[in-house]
Amino acid sequence: MIAVIDYGVGNLFSIKSSFARIGADAVVTSDKKIIQNADRILLPGVGAFEDAARKLRESGMADLLCEEVKKGKYLMGICLGMQLLFEKSFEYGEHEGLGFLKGEVVPMKGYVDNNLKVPQIGWNGLHMERDSVLLKDCKEGDCVYFVHSYFATKCKDSVIATTEYSRPITAAVEKDNVFGCQFHPEKSGEVGLKIMRAFCQAK
Amino acid sequence: MITKRIIPCLDVKDGKVVKGVNFQGLRDVDSPVKLAQAYSIGGADELVFYDITASAEGRALFTDILCEVAKTVFIPLTVGGGIRSTADFERVLSCGADKVSINSGAIQNPAIVGEAAKKYGDQCVVISADIRRVNGAFHVFAKGGREDTGLEAIEWIKRCVGEGAGEVVVNSMDTDGVKKGFDIELLKKVCEVVNVPVIASGGAGCQQDFIDLFKEIPDIDAGLAASVFHFGEIKIADLKQTLHANGINVRR
Repeated sequence: MIAVIDYGVGNLFSIKSSFARIGADAVVTSDKKIIQNADRILLPGVGAFEDAARKLRESGMADLLCEEVKKGKYLMGICLGMQLLFEKSFEYGEHEGLGFLKGEVVPMKGYVDNNLKVPQIGWNGLHMERDSVLLKDCKEGDCVYFVHSYFATKCKDSVIATTEYSRPITAAVEKDNVFGCQFHPEKSGEVGLKIMRAFCQAK
Repeated sequence: MITKRIIPCLDVKDGKVVKGVNFQGLRDVDSPVKLAQAYSIGGADELVFYDITASAEGRALFTDILCEVAKTVFIPLTVGGGIRSTADFERVLSCGADKVSINSGAIQNPAIVGEAAKKYGDQCVVISADIRRVNGAFHVFAKGGREDTGLEAIEWIKRCVGEGAGEVVVNSMDTDGVKKGFDIELLKKVCEVVNVPVIASGGAGCQQDFIDLFKEIPDIDAGLAASVFHFGEIKIADLKQTLHANGINVRR
């Protein structure tokens, strides 16, 4: 069973539906017992980093996730959920993340070409940085759907794919049992479902 | 680099797609769920649903359908029609919509754009404008194009983006239905003043119209159309192939 963490951030309908589509048993929950009993955990997230990080800490979810990840349980973050896996973010100030992955989250404005739109909204191709469990069924150039204004950097030891937005932008990360997608696999058609499936099958 | 999006638009009334659709081998299909699936398989990058029902019953039927679509189609869904309050945003977002398109509702109450953007994020709020030339100026029309608001279109769009709209659908009433190409003049003007994605709507008649759109306005993010896709006059897979062959970056 996969626990999709409900901490009052984002719309979980499509994530739940995409798991159902690939035959995975997913439960949207904030119940700690259910999360402890789950085989895998999915951390969604839409919105602001500071607000989401605070909600995770105040609800005790941050500590719980730490314990479960230490036990070796598979965890995947999507979009803001991925950014929260890092040490810190510079979205409106400086805020501490969960620290499962080395690196930090910084604005795309000032990094990408000035004439490009931020947020990046739309389908962009994956460039594989190395072999991985999460993207094992994807190929170079496969398009996935992005909606974001910030991205992870200084994360050489976990980056598995980037996307080109005038410069390379971290698209997916993986380190042992911790996975993350900056894009939305639940909105990325067949390619996205392959990624969801790879997460469900990881062992 | 980010790809140009191709977006079919479906008008839904009382649970059915308004025009019976003759779609790539499917004859006279009016099930929005079946059509959404067919378009997704065919390579559509996103789907726009407009609820053109007036009754409460029809509205409930629409959200049921939306849920069904979101359970089986895993590409971005934009929903519009009858959006007047943040409660309306909530209603469609909880059914799996990713973005909410607002038109007449924003004209009646412009504050809703900012309220919704704060609550759900800019990326969620799409301002859709029906625009027609009136005495040499671009005017915004309300109520499905029946009422001239007198608002100057470019200023209106700028204002909505300033309030937090994260995307703009520009529907040219002058080119809509004529099938002689998108309204390049109007679209260029909009692209000059906003820095969020702009979706072109109205006028697509053939594949060349999409090539012209993306070549003449590199800042345009997407082309939207209804009947040319519904009646199979343009197959999305073929269109993507043609665009690619013409050096336009698309998802294939």
